[in-house]
Amino acid sequence: MDVLNRVVEPFHRGAPPEPQPATGFYTDTTVCIGCKACEVACKQWNQLPADGFTWLGDSYDNTGGLSATSWRHVKFIEQFPVDPTPAEAAAGADLIDPGRWLMMSDVCKHCVTAPCQQACPTGALIHTEFDNVYIQPDICNGCAYCVAACPFGVITRSALDGHAHKCTLCYDRQRDGLVPACAKACPTQSIQFGSISELRDRARERVARLHEQGIAGAYLYGDAPSTTYSELHSFYLLSDRPSVYGLPDAPFNPWLRMKGDYVRAAVCGLAAIAALLPMLLAR
Amino acid sequence: MPGLGASFGRGAATTYQQDLANSDCILFMGSNMAEAHPVGFRWPMKAKERGATLIHVDPRFTRTSALCDLHIGIRAGSDIAFLGGLVHYVLSHDRWFKEYVLHYTNAATILQEGFKDTEELGGLFSGYHGNRKTGTYDAREGRWGYVGTPAPEEHEEWRGATPMYQMLRHELGMHGHSIEQGAPCHSGPRHELMTMEGRRPVTDPTLQHPRCVYQILKRHFARYTPEFVSQVCGCSPEAMVRVAELLCANSGRDRTSAIVYALGWTQHTTGVQMIRTAGILQALLGNIGRPGGGIMAMRGHSTIQGSTDLATLYDALPGYLPQPCSDELHNNLESYVAHEGLATGYWANFRKFIVSLLKAWYGDAASWENDFRYSWLPRVDADYSHLPYFDRMAKGQVKGYFLFGQNPAGGAPNAGLHRAGLRKLDWLVVVDWFEIESAVFWKDDPTGPPPEQIGTEVFFLPAAAAPEKDGSLTNTQRLLQWHDKALDPPADCRSDAWILYNLGKRLKQLYAGSTEPRDQPLLQLTWDYEFDEHPRLPDGRRSRIEGEPDLEKVLMEINGFRLDDLDPRTGRPRLLREFSELEDDGTTACGCWIYSGVFPQPGRNRARERKRTGHPLEPEWGFAWPHNRRILYNRASADPEGRPWSERKKLIWWSEEQRRWVGLDEPDYDPNTRPDYEPPPGAQGMAAIAGTQPFIMKPDGVAWLYAPGGVRDGPLPVHYEPIESPVGNLLYPKQTGNPTVRTFEGPLNHLAHAPTTEYPVVATTFRLTEHYLSGPMSRFNSWLNELMPEMFVELSPELAAERGIVHGGWLTVRSARSSIAARAMVTRRLRPLLIEGRIVHQIGLPFHWAFAGEVVGANANDLTSIVADPNVSMHECKAFACQVAAGRLDGAAPSPTKSAAAWPTRDPVPDTPAAAQPEGMFGARNGRGG
Repeated sequence: MDVLNRVVEPFHRGAPPEPQPATGFYTDTTVCIGCKACEVACKQWNQLPADGFTWLGDSYDNTGGLSATSWRHVKFIEQFPVDPTPAEAAAGADLIDPGRWLMMSDVCKHCVTAPCQQACPTGALIHTEFDNVYIQPDICNGCAYCVAACPFGVITRSALDGHAHKCTLCYDRQRDGLVPACAKACPTQSIQFGSISELRDRARERVARLHEQGIAGAYLYGDAPSTTYSELHSFYLLSDRPSVYGLPDAPFNPWLRMKGDYVRAAVCGLAAIAALLPMLLAR
Repeated sequence: MPGLGASFGRGAATTYQQDLANSDCILFMGSNMAEAHPVGFRWPMKAKERGATLIHVDPRFTRTSALCDLHIGIRAGSDIAFLGGLVHYVLSHDRWFKEYVLHYTNAATILQEGFKDTEELGGLFSGYHGNRKTGTYDAREGRWGYVGTPAPEEHEEWRGATPMYQMLRHELGMHGHSIEQGAPCHSGPRHELMTMEGRRPVTDPTLQHPRCVYQILKRHFARYTPEFVSQVCGCSPEAMVRVAELLCANSGRDRTSAIVYALGWTQHTTGVQMIRTAGILQALLGNIGRPGGGIMAMRGHSTIQGSTDLATLYDALPGYLPQPCSDELHNNLESYVAHEGLATGYWANFRKFIVSLLKAWYGDAASWENDFRYSWLPRVDADYSHLPYFDRMAKGQVKGYFLFGQNPAGGAPNAGLHRAGLRKLDWLVVVDWFEIESAVFWKDDPTGPPPEQIGTEVFFLPAAAAPEKDGSLTNTQRLLQWHDKALDPPADCRSDAWILYNLGKRLKQLYAGSTEPRDQPLLQLTWDYEFDEHPRLPDGRRSRIEGEPDLEKVLMEINGFRLDDLDPRTGRPRLLREFSELEDDGTTACGCWIYSGVFPQPGRNRARERKRTGHPLEPEWGFAWPHNRRILYNRASADPEGRPWSERKKLIWWSEEQRRWVGLDEPDYDPNTRPDYEPPPGAQGMAAIAGTQPFIMKPDGVAWLYAPGGVRDGPLPVHYEPIESPVGNLLYPKQTGNPTVRTFEGPLNHLAHAPTTEYPVVATTFRLTEHYLSGPMSRFNSWLNELMPEMFVELSPELAAERGIVHGGWLTVRSARSSIAARAMVTRRLRPLLIEGRIVHQIGLPFHWAFAGEVVGANANDLTSIVADPNVSMHECKAFACQVAAGRLDGAAPSPTKSAAAWPTRDPVPDTPAAAQPEGMFGARNGRGG
């Protein structure tokens, strides 16, 4: 009886938690000061290990990228024109184009239609009741299909336990009514957490204000769906092309190619058989 | 901070960080606020969101520059030239705030005949004694005072000049070595330079008198034209004009601008004068004492403001009372008070402050008959500030030393000399969280001798961290915030207060019963801060620590008591409500007069209050000294008639109905003095301050554009080159550096005097957000170390190409003290500058690394030097000369003294349900088998 229970039990589904209003992040890169408090707060709350002490020389970024052990990553983009000569600078060129240093705290995008979730063969990847994408580490079998599926390069597999890990949007904190650690630690409210519809309104107002102030290049990335990708529950206010920040200019959900891929595979297979069949029959 | 003290009366930020959100324009200079004070930077960001313009003037393009609307690159150490240019612009374009300047500053005051400006004496003010490299000023002889003050020959104290005073005039500070004889601390009377026996200063409201401050100021800054600024600073003339235009356009009745500075200004031999120049600029623009205005001094450490207030400096007693010196002028309480107090303004209460302090320290042993035991106060006979002290230590003249949370072996200027000093000690006590450089210098310093040759006995006492102890922090805006202990410190770790309190108790025990007069100050010292009942932790458990002092009792003593009035609720002397209750007859005791009011009644620790009321100033969040005033000198937020300058910028105003000053902030003024009050002749104390004079700490009640006293290197700021600089002084070719600087030249502290050709590159040190100071609190933390793991040096692509240095490769930086090797960060955030027609390169060095911790590396402070500015003995780490080459150094490199945090920790968090355990503890969740 006990044995039977243990065999059947895993197939039982508990009652799913009551759905909650969708939550997410709105990251306003125009007020990010690159302090990396989000990275540290994330690692501390989630008890993630340090990734070794390597100086990358990539501006002030020594994290390198998002990974199973770095769920927040602050990017630094130095945009400086080739210098005026000092003589030109002394003649006023220092006012013409002083250059920019862009900073952006990157994180899992929590896609509404998430390729990683679609690719996961074990069902470890789910959308939580807050409509955030979440990896259940005890169900993950470490196949890494999600790693390949993510168009943003968010997920990697940990060498420590062989499972895939990424931002949980502090699922544990949210359940207890707390703000995610990174948003809590952000000193300039570059990272804002809240109900996604509210965040979108706030972000659109902010873009309008920036346009008024003459920053015409400000726009939102991922607040609305495109023809090739769903909206993101972690969206950004950017002031340059997405690729400048290391984001795909036009993200593409690999799932969209799935139907064509199946057809092509089937056609190829059939064609191969058709080509080989006469040879086999000829013997 | 004498820079602010001399200008406005108190050595503290005139405003608070949240108020920066109300600014229309903020100038960051000498501050990298986004990186060094990231949490406070949210307020400038708020101002920006509301449409304010943010300006950053800095040698490097930093994370602060990235968020500002405008970044102007200037040469490190040229700040006075730039600020002087702004002052010149404001004066020459008549953009100053007329009504404000006429009433609230000393612009109209007429000076004595005989004062000579640097323009007349080739870079020196009158009254100079020295060799142009080092020396001192005699303010009286130079006639820096207002007209009507006694001339030197008729002044009594001057005629009978004391030996100390003679020394000050002729010997001290020269050639660096006479420092051994001691620096003047407060020698020489100071008040007669500004007050005239109850008479008000002579003024010319038309500002036409050739010796009035306005005319002197105009002449003094006449040559700081945009072109001159460009030549000295390396920015374009247009850039400086743009900054000036923005500040002028955003100042006046309806708009205010703020200036934010930090260690980028203070750490110069001319730092005090940089702050003075900012003070002049803000006074001219009418930005002091008003919302969104002011000068925000961003301090360098947690509670460094508190440690200045409570006198960890050798020459000050709590509340900015001068430490008595061995001069005859300080022989007894009477002469000390006569000499240091002022007849007019708030300092007229000086005797109340010192007597109450003596009563707080010596209790019943202090009485009127025995001069309140004034004679027990230690006398200063030499310069015991940090740098001269270590200079002496390196010469073997110091036996033992206590270090509480300080790391001179890693973080002090010319750290090599500091380590040499520590190696000469008999014993050293280090109180810290980790085994920092100063605790392991005897074994892990790669440049030091082998351990067997070092005789220093090092005692390491593990310290408790902030959540493990009670206490208060006074932050950069004078705000006291109490924190309660959350848990007991682990193992043998103890709070600093525990260590000091028990040390004091044991010393008292050691000398108990002694009748020697010299032991009495120790035996009679008030030292009773036991808890009434054993303290409990927030969860109700009894604290494991025995012997912890009750720091609220210390705070009550700081707040002060009325000794002749018992509080029926406690049976103890009644607590003072504010410092106006202080008496000079021994009936009050007060440990630090400016903090009075922080504990106004039993059980009410205002520093612990965290009430958010929606009031724009949040007056119930913590306690700001003095008397919970958030914006200092706020009488200036109203016009002379007492009406707000504008609706938009109103703060306090005179209410005719209530017959007092009312408004949002606590008035920093006598609340009942009418705006039309005119002091009668001969008035003393606060009665001598007119109803239109907001700067109550000044004897004449106004802000000082020209400082007749209070600053030792001149009444007006002058552009001098840093002690080490590749260029000479364009303004005064004969006077390169500050003529009153003290140098400590010797085999361990060589200097490359300006102009130097051997060290043609300008270096400046800086901070990164990821690390804290020399790293004692950050380089032992893997999460921070992975963010900034290695020492690097920032340099421009042009300099890199010139020296064959590649990005990510190694470079060597050599100064007159030492050489270090680090990784090269080649970036366009640094730019070569055109200075006086030639190219000058700058490099930036973060100063966070040394030889102890999880990550180690070259120490920028091995390159810096020991020199001391004349006012606060400050070094010059923010501008020095060096040479740069590609490649590494031979010899041993340091290796980490601690390994990185072992991971993953699979231990569940004790007492926490598994469901609430952090998500990322890989495997732990599975392994726990829940």
